[in-house]
Amino acid sequence: MHERLRELSGRAAEEGLLDVAYADVDAPFGKLLVASTPAGLVRVAFASEPDQRVLEELAERISPRVLQAPARLDEVRRELDDYFHGRLHQFRLPIDWSLSAGFLRQARQACYAIPYGQVLTYAQLAARAGSPAAVRAAGNAMARNPIPIVVPCHRVVRTGGGLGGYGGGLDVKRWLLDLEGSGDRQLELASE
Amino acid sequence: MRLPPFQLLIDDHGDAVLRYLRAAVGSQDAEDCWQDTMLSALRAYPSLRDARNLRGWLLRIAHNTAIDLHRASGRRALPMAEPPEPAVDDRPAMEPELWQAVRRLPDKQRAAVALRFAGDLDYRAIGTVIDCSEAAARQNVRAGLAAVRREWGHARATT
Repeated sequence: MHERLRELSGRAAEEGLLDVAYADVDAPFGKLLVASTPAGLVRVAFASEPDQRVLEELAERISPRVLQAPARLDEVRRELDDYFHGRLHQFRLPIDWSLSAGFLRQARQACYAIPYGQVLTYAQLAARAGSPAAVRAAGNAMARNPIPIVVPCHRVVRTGGGLGGYGGGLDVKRWLLDLEGSGDRQLELASE
Repeated sequence: MRLPPFQLLIDDHGDAVLRYLRAAVGSQDAEDCWQDTMLSALRAYPSLRDARNLRGWLLRIAHNTAIDLHRASGRRALPMAEPPEPAVDDRPAMEPELWQAVRRLPDKQRAAVALRFAGDLDYRAIGTVIDCSEAAARQNVRAGLAAVRREWGHARATT
């Protein structure tokens, strides 16, 4: 069935019938499910989210033409792997923002612009997204970020230096900040 | 209309579609037919209005794909070169000679028997695929099996 599926996803992509391709990617802290559309990376899900629910949401919000197609995610897998090993500081893969609308999209795009190794507070993020008063909304935009890690919501922390929340668990947030060398030092800066 | 991710249809019904196609066109053409069936299904999927019997829907597309192949190659009868594997593991596999006999059945009976035992469809779904009532589908399976039993019994008695 594996070979059969590979041929099918290849032909479906050629004929424009593969709207959402997904695959598993290994991360140092566990498995990730990643999904792409022809426009770019659309979803990264931690193992704490059941695959079936993630796929059902993609089927409903983007298209039910969802296929497992690891070959379509080679670039994503390569960049994530380079990032996890410290070889890549800025993702180059295209992003599909279609799961984000309105202020959520503005906040996530502002987050996407935070450079490697730096952190912002939720208040600072709200300001950069154009609505300084929308601190809680900025927090929501991060809490339900459909593309964590690549859209680096781990770089957004509480005023005062607290880690805030993280969909993949606080251990993962801490791991990512440490990877970027921004653990304690940057958290102190955020508290100033 | 809430439709499940297409991958789920393949995971749940991909094997049944392949079993049916092996029964309908032989194992050599079954692989190509499976690809064509799934591509046709993907094409039509977003506009599907009724997601209650997705296995029946897929097998109907498989059935039409098999008929297209049959027409394109100008064959008089669909070959049933290989006995299909049983749909359910605890059901005893049908004897190869039985499938040879199934192959010689009239079109509707042959399709009905293959859909029942290779595709594991219920009679109502079989009726949807071969375009007849549930009762007629049951009758086609029953008549097909009776003919197969007669022929098989005859073949066994003469060998």
